[in-house]
Amino acid sequence: MQPFSTHTGMVLPLDRVNVDTDQMVPKQFLKAQTRQGFGRVLFYDWRYLPGEKPNPEFILNWPRYKGASVMLARANFGCGSSREHAPWAVADYGFRVLIAPSYADIFYNNCFKNGILPVTLPEAQIDELFRRAEAQEGYSLTADLPNQTVSDSTGLKYKFEIDPFRKHVLLEGLDDIGLTLKYAANIDAFEQARHPGATMYEAVDAKYFPKH
Amino acid sequence: MTPRTMYRKIWESHLVREAPGEPSLIYIDRHLVHEGTSPQAFAGLKAAGRKVRRPDLAFAVMDHSVPTKNRNLPILDAAANGQFEALERNCREYGITLFDMFSHNQGIVHVIGPELGITQPGQTIVCGDSHTSTHGAFGTLAFGIGTSEVEHVLATQCLSQYESKTMHIVVNGKRGKGVSAKDIILAIIGKIGIAGGTSHVVEYSGEAIRGLSMDGRMTVCNMSIEGGARAGMIAPDDTTFAYMEGRPYVPRGKEFQEAVGRWKALATDPGAKFDATVELNANDLAPQVTWGTNPGMVSGVTGRVPDPASFRDPDDQKAVARALEYMGLKPGTAVVDIPVDRVFIGSCTNSRLNDLRAAARVVAGKHVSKNLKGALVVPGSMSIKAKAEAEGLDKIFIDAGFEWRDAGCSMCIAMNPDVLPPGERAASTSNRNFEGRQGKDSRTHLVSPIMAAAAAIEGHFVDIREWNVEAPE
Ligand code: SF4
Repeated sequence: MQPFSTHTGMVLPLDRVNVDTDQMVPKQFLKAQTRQGFGRVLFYDWRYLPGEKPNPEFILNWPRYKGASVMLARANFGCGSSREHAPWAVADYGFRVLIAPSYADIFYNNCFKNGILPVTLPEAQIDELFRRAEAQEGYSLTADLPNQTVSDSTGLKYKFEIDPFRKHVLLEGLDDIGLTLKYAANIDAFEQARHPGATMYEAVDAKYFPKH
Repeated sequence: MTPRTMYRKIWESHLVREAPGEPSLIYIDRHLVHEGTSPQAFAGLKAAGRKVRRPDLAFAVMDHSVPTKNRNLPILDAAANGQFEALERNCREYGITLFDMFSHNQGIVHVIGPELGITQPGQTIVCGDSHTSTHGAFGTLAFGIGTSEVEHVLATQCLSQYESKTMHIVVNGKRGKGVSAKDIILAIIGKIGIAGGTSHVVEYSGEAIRGLSMDGRMTVCNMSIEGGARAGMIAPDDTTFAYMEGRPYVPRGKEFQEAVGRWKALATDPGAKFDATVELNANDLAPQVTWGTNPGMVSGVTGRVPDPASFRDPDDQKAVARALEYMGLKPGTAVVDIPVDRVFIGSCTNSRLNDLRAAARVVAGKHVSKNLKGALVVPGSMSIKAKAEAEGLDKIFIDAGFEWRDAGCSMCIAMNPDVLPPGERAASTSNRNFEGRQGKDSRTHLVSPIMAAAAAIEGHFVDIREWNVEAPE
């Protein structure tokens, strides 16, 4: 995974609460077999008119936000489906930092698997960032993970909280599976110590075995 | 010993490794896999040269994109077909049990797990699908994961997790006639909000929950995620054990009795502390209908579409105004005056036998409204389909003007040809009314199976309590 330390980028203010992952990547794009190329379909139904013409009303298509890499969002961002296609699309489009008052659990967790930093700030600070991003063209923020701050060029600086372990994994770009496999002995021991009935029963009735 | 919640008991019994300042490693008993969120996980595994640690604990099924009719014909959707082939290849290569499109056990992943007895109390169950919370109805810790975690479980049979907070939702009283499990959970989400359960695992209890069949309990736990919760669970009891006994993967005889003994001990100890508690009374609960674009935008059937100005929070005002525009609804419209174009009875929320039986009672001897453009019944599994047919339910639905299909996710997510056309309005027994969920620019109203059935007959919503029919058990 791509490590994350600090990132400075233009802010795109997406002023909607409860943005769900169905909107980030609609179902017709869930039939892919790779993780790549989802940036093109991020917010597909909001972003495109029939014939894939960019919808000029949707903020992602506004020229002034071209090249944005920090997304400012509202509460409960990423609710709904567990589809990891959502963070794949967010990252593939070029966003490396999300800033919101709250996230849905599965989406939040999925961000860390994809090198995206989801910053959580109180509502009042989010409101202030929305004001600035909307007022000033090209408004940029710097997210500094080691120091846990978000700052702009005028001296505004907000501190954010993040779980120390998640921070460490993101800073180092560690592979979760590799981390867990270091504890293979613990997993072996756990399996051996269990009640034999606790894990697996064979299908009792042979007719329930599938054909293949 | 300090009294423990059921969640805590299951958590403790699955701890593989604990270390201060780190997430814990917990063991996963059952890994359910479907075609939609698994190809990239298998590809990642292969690329890293890793193996599946416990193929015997994984079960795969094709459900999200499967056609619900003419399965013998070639599949025209090349991308969907590619996923089916990938799943088949991956399962064969790694030795994972697969229920493919032609298996008589095929069905929606959250329907067949319990039905085959793969789901058992006290287990940890994961699946690359947010409605994995369904399995919590058996007193399991079951939750949805992303594709990276699917790969993680395949490789290690473990997940790295923080312990969640706990929420106790107590539903007192008795449901009135015509009030379903679906109405209970929609009312709960309406009360706590769609983020109300965030970072919590919910345990449901109370007289109204105890009174539900396993089918109804699964409906409740299924939609826990729509309230933002990580998982939902209900303590196993005699209803649970009676449901389980004799199912294919459930132990028999003495082994079953011993298992029941262990399962009974899972219930939350008296005096155990939850981080939050919510109480609700089922006595005065009306059938629920969603009017907006998330499951928390819901009202009793006797209510009206709200005015955005009646919300205090400016963010809510904007969201409601936008939702009403998308839904094509005017504030003040009575819910029973909302016309519907199509009706969908199906999904992992409401496609089990009790749901179909109750909907059939509503439509028996009647015919769908001439204004209706289509009505679909999609059983949750091929085995439910067969049982329903043995009872003659298929005939009742077909005579009433419904289509009777093969099992799958179907119009819940519209990844197969069962799509709600743009601008059309559906009464749907599924779980999500997000923009575009059932098809681009489609409009979804979430309701119980008997509410959906009655809407099909009348062409608009009705207060099913006036029809004097029994809700699903
Ligand atoms: S029926 Fe709908 S909610 Fe359930 S698993 Fe299928 S797509 Fe997901």
